[in-house]
Amino acid sequence: MRVSAFVACAVACVLASAVIVVTAQERGIGLDKLRSGSTYMGADLRAMQADEFANTGMLWVERGAKLWNARAGSAAKSCSECHGDARTSMKGVATRYPAWDKGAGRLLDLEGRINQCRTSRQGAAPLAFESEELLGLTAFVATQSRGMPIKVSIDGPAAAHFERGRALHQRRIGQMNLACTQCHNDNVGARLLAENISQGHPNAWPGYRLEWQSAGSLQRRLRACYSGVRAELPPYNSADLLDLSLYLAWRAEGLPIESPGIRR
Amino acid sequence: MKNLPRSLPFSSRRRALLAGAAAAPLLPFHARAQDNPEVQAYKAFVGARAVRTERLVLDIPRIADNGNVVPVRIAMPGPFLPGAEVKSIHLFSEKNPVPQMAVFYFPLPLARVEVESRVRLAGTQRVAAVATMADGSLYSAMADIVVTVSACIDGT
Amino acid sequence: MADARIQVPAQIRRGDTFEVKILIRHGMETGYRLTDDGKQIPRNVIRLVTCRYNGTEVFRIEPSSGIAANPLFTFFVTARDSGELVFEWVDDAGERASERAAVTVAG
Repeated sequence: MRVSAFVACAVACVLASAVIVVTAQERGIGLDKLRSGSTYMGADLRAMQADEFANTGMLWVERGAKLWNARAGSAAKSCSECHGDARTSMKGVATRYPAWDKGAGRLLDLEGRINQCRTSRQGAAPLAFESEELLGLTAFVATQSRGMPIKVSIDGPAAAHFERGRALHQRRIGQMNLACTQCHNDNVGARLLAENISQGHPNAWPGYRLEWQSAGSLQRRLRACYSGVRAELPPYNSADLLDLSLYLAWRAEGLPIESPGIRR
Repeated sequence: MKNLPRSLPFSSRRRALLAGAAAAPLLPFHARAQDNPEVQAYKAFVGARAVRTERLVLDIPRIADNGNVVPVRIAMPGPFLPGAEVKSIHLFSEKNPVPQMAVFYFPLPLARVEVESRVRLAGTQRVAAVATMADGSLYSAMADIVVTVSACIDGT
Repeated sequence: MADARIQVPAQIRRGDTFEVKILIRHGMETGYRLTDDGKQIPRNVIRLVTCRYNGTEVFRIEPSSGIAANPLFTFFVTARDSGELVFEWVDDAGERASERAAVTVAG
């Protein structure tokens, strides 16, 4: 009796530890080794990003600030009427996105959350991805968390999205048959032509990309990576891009929001 | 091409490169990776006039992360004698399809002549700046920039 | 539609030279880019920027497609009276825009 109880206990312990190993969040890059993409840029671009006036992304932040105060939709309400001064009410918000939204019943990134407000509270049409307005509002909200560490929740309904995002990050895609991990985990710091491969974090977005000569969202930047490995671009707001965004935010835990970032 | 120390207190991030237009043909062949570059638009602008190569500062990174946006600063240190103030500064490119990148005009005499902007550069090349003074004299400065291209094709 | 930011120091003394900065939202379309179906996107760059200080032109720029999109221009001005700086610019398509900033000069 005692032996079988002991064995049962031992088996239970082994199973429990096996379960712990399986659900352990193994990080391809340890939290203490995280480096923002800005550390892979030249000094000129880092200075441009830090320049509160001349950071080109600020043109979109200013547009967002104007939109924050503008009445919109059938409800004729502005963001400010509910949320007041964004410097207070939006402080820290961007660090928590993407997030599972109970009201919407789905995973939302910051753009999605803004559009959720527009449709459900303002009675306004959602703003198109990469539109001046959505970029402006998202950049304006995100920059209220500038310097604050990313910390997203992957609990509850978000867990399934997180797992899916992680699988996507590790999956080979495209004509080049490359997974994100192969550049951004395994070959960080290596050269791709004249560029240094970064760890591929989302903390600069929305930001100004010199290659685009425009501001853009994280989703656009991810689509650019799909393009880079010659894979089909997932549509904006697709499950793939959202799940990947959540996984990337978890992977970047502790890195400061840099929006509006400057990137090549 | 030698890296000279910054002559002005800002932009610790960049290096000022000064090279005389007259000196360029005298540089040894291996001083540049490419053949002796000529900024044709600069030569056409200057024509047969004398050009001084000291004084004008052209501050531009040696390596540009992206050719779409390359920060540039041009400064003409004073003091300026009456009748010898800066009237304009031309900025020329060796390889851009439109070689004259910009002209900066100074309708009033200024105590401090210093401008900043961001240029587009179509590949690794030489850039030339020329300041025209009120008395017609010219000052120039040149810089070579390596322009790196994006590693991955961005189809967005 | 005017979309630009201007920076002028908050405190300026008469006779000082002060730095002025302007950042303009403009694509500065070079005319060399193609759409996805191969059509050339027509050139449209800002071709003239002027700055007037209390009505007197103090700075002028003639950019070309060689100036980056969303251009930044900075320069110095000698402080005289309080008043305003008025920037005006026009692009190849003929669109005109302007932006102004107050200048407060002490002394």
